[in-house]
Amino acid sequence: MSDPAAPVLSVRDLVTRIGGNAVVDGVSFDVAPGEVVALVGESGSGKSLTALSVMGLLPAAARAAAGSVRLEGEELLSAPERRLRRIRGQSLSMIFQEPVASLNPLMRVGEQVAESLVVHGRAGRAEAQARAVEMLARVGIPDPAARARQYPAELSGGMCQRVMIACALISEPRLLIADEPTTALDVTIQAQILTLMKRLRADFGTAILIITHDMGVVADIADRVCVMYGGRIVETGTAEEIFARPSHPYTRLLLSTIPRLSGARKELLRSIEGSVPDVSDWPEGCRFRSRCPLAQEDCAQVPPHVPVAGQPGHTAACLHLERIGEMT
Amino acid sequence: MSAATPLLRVEELRVHFPLTGGFTGRRTGAVKAVDGVSLEIGPGETVALVGESGCGKSTAGNAILGLVRATGGRILFEGEDILGAGPERQRALRRDMQVIFQDPVSALNPKLTVGQCIAEPLVIAGRPKAARAARVAELLELVGLLPGHAGRYPNELSGGQRQRVVIARALALEPKLIICDEPVSALDVSIRSQIVNLLMRLQAELGLSYLFIAHDLSVVRHISDRVVVMYLGTVAEEGPTDALFDHPTHPYTEALLAAIPLPDPAAQRAKPPFALEGDLPSPANPPAGCPFVTRCPERGPDCAALRPVLADTGHGSRAACLVRLPAARPG
Repeated sequence: MSDPAAPVLSVRDLVTRIGGNAVVDGVSFDVAPGEVVALVGESGSGKSLTALSVMGLLPAAARAAAGSVRLEGEELLSAPERRLRRIRGQSLSMIFQEPVASLNPLMRVGEQVAESLVVHGRAGRAEAQARAVEMLARVGIPDPAARARQYPAELSGGMCQRVMIACALISEPRLLIADEPTTALDVTIQAQILTLMKRLRADFGTAILIITHDMGVVADIADRVCVMYGGRIVETGTAEEIFARPSHPYTRLLLSTIPRLSGARKELLRSIEGSVPDVSDWPEGCRFRSRCPLAQEDCAQVPPHVPVAGQPGHTAACLHLERIGEMT
Repeated sequence: MSAATPLLRVEELRVHFPLTGGFTGRRTGAVKAVDGVSLEIGPGETVALVGESGCGKSTAGNAILGLVRATGGRILFEGEDILGAGPERQRALRRDMQVIFQDPVSALNPKLTVGQCIAEPLVIAGRPKAARAARVAELLELVGLLPGHAGRYPNELSGGQRQRVVIARALALEPKLIICDEPVSALDVSIRSQIVNLLMRLQAELGLSYLFIAHDLSVVRHISDRVVVMYLGTVAEEGPTDALFDHPTHPYTEALLAAIPLPDPAAQRAKPPFALEGDLPSPANPPAGCPFVTRCPERGPDCAALRPVLADTGHGSRAACLVRLPAARPG
């Protein structure tokens, strides 16, 4: 807390297991104050389970088995549930993919936004209500006093996501975890929500950990990117570096599969052969080797993260980084 | 648009759902989900129907398929009016039109094997049993699955493989037109391009036509010949894909394109901030004039009162905007 450059969130060697399988397998990353870090990956990559491990909200079948998750220096993995609840109401907030399903349908939205202040004893009911209306205005809800008296079903999906963001930010958290916050929304509403998140980050200085599969969303909002595959981070770097010099074969293929808004049309798109294997079928060593065009026999060893030449903070976990140029 | 008879011609299609209210259940209004949509699809052509959720694009597709009842307009398949035909003839015509839905998990019966799923349309069409097995094997190969997949159940397959099964089933009766309703939206990024490629390959090999209903405009740009942009049950703009993407004329088309985040941080962050405010209004209570007037950053004095008609943009496309095209004035 005293060191302004110390990370808000520091995750080290996190292992999360479901049964015998390590679905998150040695994940490490930091989020600095006011920074937006994106965890990117396809379904089954472990990105959402990493976020749920940080929040202490894993489903009953899963448990964080090893490693460390520190929020402003405080270890969360061994913290008692009472303490975690306190942290989740104050310094750590989250928003989810389905805003409509995440809100209580029987509670007026103003009360839901005010709830965390009241529950944690940080404001009386009347003051909390007034601050909730103010927060609804800040997330761009027109006529906030009237909207505060409405129920979620009376609002559109985009409005509900704004309410979720108001709920998350009213406690002025140090870290906001956003799990696919725009995936269920139309592209026009997604653009509005991303603009709002960027503005609130500037206003409140909130650090954001965003979980997404959409490279466009990453390009729009992220300062740094962690690309996940098979429960591990395979490449990390600033957003500019990851897009300009993708160095892990998976990152490079993932970016090349996206159809563009300019250039050739109607041609075959690049694709990645096969599909993401189920966790019980993950190969030994590099998890991507079963689909990787550069795979060799030595890929059966777990590849360490190595720096990508000349780019500070940019690392990739591939034994054959020097051959990335062979992929066109 | 092809000079010959189009495969599918939709004229002024309307789908209105009645709203009833009160104790007596009397009719109080209508949700105009589709309110005067026209489009044409030529043989071997892909036409995309795009717009936000609630714009009526899926309802239009369902009306063409006969899954919801059209309340107005005409649907001509190879020149023959489907809505005017008798039930037997309608069924025969619709055999040439199949559908692929978004979610391959719910589109497949979990209690049938993949082979049984694909054979189902053949059973309904009364094909003999011996011919069915051969056709199923042929279809599996066509969509890139292995013969061994026939005996598996849908839950044993990955999302991409399930969507291949859905595509194989749609192809079973050799249709001419496939209505693809968000066929890749539920798929992972690395699988999405496989399925897009499969759809393009099948079109080239079988001469299929697609009505491609989607909200992902980068995929739409990639595979469509023409694009129809819908807003609140009406067509805001339509034309050849290049014209729409390179010279969008309707402010709504412009907004849709501007909203797509570019997968390039430098380019994305250099874009002006996104301007379009608010949500789609309720189709039960649409604005009287231009449907887009409540959100349009450029609305003029007449836009709230006059409903624009489609007019030439000068780029080979047509748009319904009074501010940008004087010829869009009704009358």
